[in-house]
Amino acid sequence: MPGYTLTHLKQLEAESIHIIREVAAEFERPVLLYSIGKDSSVLLHLARKAFYPGRLPFPLLHVDTTWKFRDMIAFRDRIARELDLDLIVYTNEEGRAANVTPFTYGSRKYTDIMKTQALKDALDKYGFDACFGGARRDEEKSRAKERVYSVRDRNHRWDPKSQRPELWNLYNGRINPGEEVRVFPLSNWTELDVWQYVYLENIEIVPLYLAAERPVVERDGTLIMVDDDRMELEPGEEPTMRSVRFRTLGCYPLSGAIESEAATLPEIIQEMLIATHSERQGRVIDYDTSGSMEQKKREGYF
Amino acid sequence: MATSAQELIASDIHAYLAQHERKEILKFLTCGSVDDGKSTLIGRLLHDSKMIYEDQLDAIVRDSKTTGTQRGGVDYALLTDGLQAEREQGITIDVAYRYFSTTKRKFIIADTPGHEQYTRNMATGASTCDLAVILIDARRGVLPQTRRHTYIARLLGIRHLVAAVNKMDTVDYDEGVFDAIRADYFAFTSKLGIDEMHFIPISALHGDNVVEQSPNMPWYQGATLMHLLENVQVAADKDIEHFRLPVQVVNRPDPSFRGYSGSVAGGVVRSGDEVVVVPSGRRSTVDRIVTMDGDLDEAFAPMAVTLTLTDDVDVSRGDVLAAPGGLPYIADRLDAMVVWMADDALVPGRQYIVKHGTRQVVGHAATLRYRVDVNTLQHEAATQLELNEIGRVEVALTESIAFDAYGANRDLGSLIFIDRISNVTVGAGMAFDPGGSIAQAAWDRTPHGELHAAVSRVAADERAARLGQHPVTVLLTGLAKVGKTVIAHAVERKLFDAGGLATVLDGQSFRLGMSRDLGFSPEERSENIRRAAETARLINDAGLICLTSFVAPEEAVRERARRAIGEDRFLEVYLTAPLAVLKDRDEDGLYAAAERGEAPHVPGVTEDFDEPVAPDLTLETERLGVDACAERIIELLRGKDFIN
Repeated sequence: MPGYTLTHLKQLEAESIHIIREVAAEFERPVLLYSIGKDSSVLLHLARKAFYPGRLPFPLLHVDTTWKFRDMIAFRDRIARELDLDLIVYTNEEGRAANVTPFTYGSRKYTDIMKTQALKDALDKYGFDACFGGARRDEEKSRAKERVYSVRDRNHRWDPKSQRPELWNLYNGRINPGEEVRVFPLSNWTELDVWQYVYLENIEIVPLYLAAERPVVERDGTLIMVDDDRMELEPGEEPTMRSVRFRTLGCYPLSGAIESEAATLPEIIQEMLIATHSERQGRVIDYDTSGSMEQKKREGYF
Repeated sequence: MATSAQELIASDIHAYLAQHERKEILKFLTCGSVDDGKSTLIGRLLHDSKMIYEDQLDAIVRDSKTTGTQRGGVDYALLTDGLQAEREQGITIDVAYRYFSTTKRKFIIADTPGHEQYTRNMATGASTCDLAVILIDARRGVLPQTRRHTYIARLLGIRHLVAAVNKMDTVDYDEGVFDAIRADYFAFTSKLGIDEMHFIPISALHGDNVVEQSPNMPWYQGATLMHLLENVQVAADKDIEHFRLPVQVVNRPDPSFRGYSGSVAGGVVRSGDEVVVVPSGRRSTVDRIVTMDGDLDEAFAPMAVTLTLTDDVDVSRGDVLAAPGGLPYIADRLDAMVVWMADDALVPGRQYIVKHGTRQVVGHAATLRYRVDVNTLQHEAATQLELNEIGRVEVALTESIAFDAYGANRDLGSLIFIDRISNVTVGAGMAFDPGGSIAQAAWDRTPHGELHAAVSRVAADERAARLGQHPVTVLLTGLAKVGKTVIAHAVERKLFDAGGLATVLDGQSFRLGMSRDLGFSPEERSENIRRAAETARLINDAGLICLTSFVAPEEAVRERARRAIGEDRFLEVYLTAPLAVLKDRDEDGLYAAAERGEAPHVPGVTEDFDEPVAPDLTLETERLGVDACAERIIELLRGKDFIN
């Protein structure tokens, strides 16, 4: 008998598909939280595999803060069209009307209103009871203990004490009305796994992940791309063209770029493996305090 | 990552990726308490395999100065401690998963902390692991908790154990210390049936024998921990014989396609294979194995696929597709080892949602057969299972499920209990092989072949008219020495004298012949009662009254006997007397032996006796005496019109 074994990526893929199918079967209104990033792209790819040859049995939800990179929005709309997806775009209109921007309110408050609050409002509006997210346990220390099914109360809050033990692949999706479960099918993937899978499966990603000449300014040691003319430059700041790429994508004023020449996936992986800084360091919101991700999770952000 | 890997990344990323693409995953568990150096070991593995990024290391070096326990040095344990509150308390409080990778394998570590919630957390972590690293502090040797960890790892189906004798630096790297611990531990583990056992002397703090061979222990010629983790073979643990696919989703995008999606949970399936839909038993043939990457010729665990069948058979979520020949068991009762995980204890009778495979059914613990003392591994009687306790439970479900023994198939042998109100996962169960539990197998087993009961040409009412009585089985139940058989014979005599016809089946005589192969465990007692019930049924069919005298300590078993014989011709008479009186009558020394610990299965002393919930008659034998008891039973029979 040949050894019936799978490579680690195929094993991760199978595990994720199992989780996605289980959620689709046991919940009434699941949704895939689509952030347009590489993890979301992998998640979407796995969800399509789970239900092939059928369509996705749930919609995608993108919480649009209105400050995403233009390339991200163009990518999102094209992918939704080409793959025949049900895409819901939600923006906190109150926040938009009040002109809540990263510049006017600071990163923390802006993120809370335009991202965290917007997400909660969208979940309430559509009554979703299960939300797929692309978070991984290797991203940050506090996530090492996150369950695959993370139960949130009526206020979408995470309570570390009410999380359920998860054994085998028997996920407990029972909730009371009004509660929801955040589901993380990529829990056991690492950043390298994601990149390699993107590479092997030819998954399309936003071009911002690849190095190119882009207009950036250096602010507090972070390279910020000037993606449109809403970016308010401080005295003395002058955008310069540099070869940069992004390790994580979010709102452009909050996403730090890194200088890089890596213009292909293998080159990105090569740089990443040699890199000495962990992935989330590119995100400005993590800098608040040690353990701030933990705080955000309790508030309802992923 | 080894230096060679770093070089390969720099010089030829494509070659590195090609190498990385062929890796497999090893999931392992690390067990030990706070002081065993477990977090330090994990930090060391991550550090030495270059999985710590510089910013994380900066944070650790900074934190080591404020909260670290290694004065002056880098505290690798800080690398693995997660939640803010836990860090402040200096402990970790749940299962945390760590990831690292070498050129050979990707590793997932389930890290479970050692404190009072240990059993629950360790069971959770172990449920998905293939290997466990048991940490033993060289200064303290094999502790009760070491045995506890080992037992739980084994219970959860882990077949490969590595005993890492840590802190060898604190005992001057002494070979004698290591050998003594090895001998001590081996004496214990040899009884547990572990497939593969390794011993490694290490110092997690200094890195000895973790990744690099230790220069301090030249006497140790075996593999380093890392070498072992990279090379241990776990693929053979999988069952490739018996195909199983629990259906998760019926995929029906349009009328032309109907597929059954799920993860292969055992065996291999190929297109053209015959499959059985369990539990309905319908058969069909696999047409295609569909994936987005194209159809496959074959699929095996844990692949997630979609099967189409050649026939339009009825298949829904919760069904299992299985290969004919070696089907899973189908039953609404099963025995499981249960780890209880909630503050509210498991109480027999209380209903829970049981999730098994892709099904959820309502169920309850019909019987708590025993609790396991995880320190001594002794079985002990218990009325409920508290948080972190482990016990053998007979689970009764409202619908039949298709399952395997946990030892044969983890996916089909595992189940979780969910509280109906809080929705929290409160327990985890591992099914026993019902073939191993004789009682379970025989009560529920479907007879082999196409069998039909022949119909007698003498009708029941013809017999009743001839004999002047209606047949009935009377079960006289109660503790040993309460007077069951003596009273049964007294009733038999009285009935005979009055022109009736009865016969006595007494436990001891029955065991001399019909059940001479059975002992006194709960399973064997249950099987003994099953045989007695079947015999009584035949006696009743012949028109006779059957007086049976058996201890029959379990309510659930008596209930089964009632159902087997027939509700309308079964009477339960409960005989009682003070235990002190019974011990006085103990000529053959049964109770005395039980009290000395020499007889493990004596209801009333070493095992529970379930008092009948609704007996037709209760008689205090010491107070009434034999004749009065017999008379009361005659009255009962007359009152129910079995005799005139």
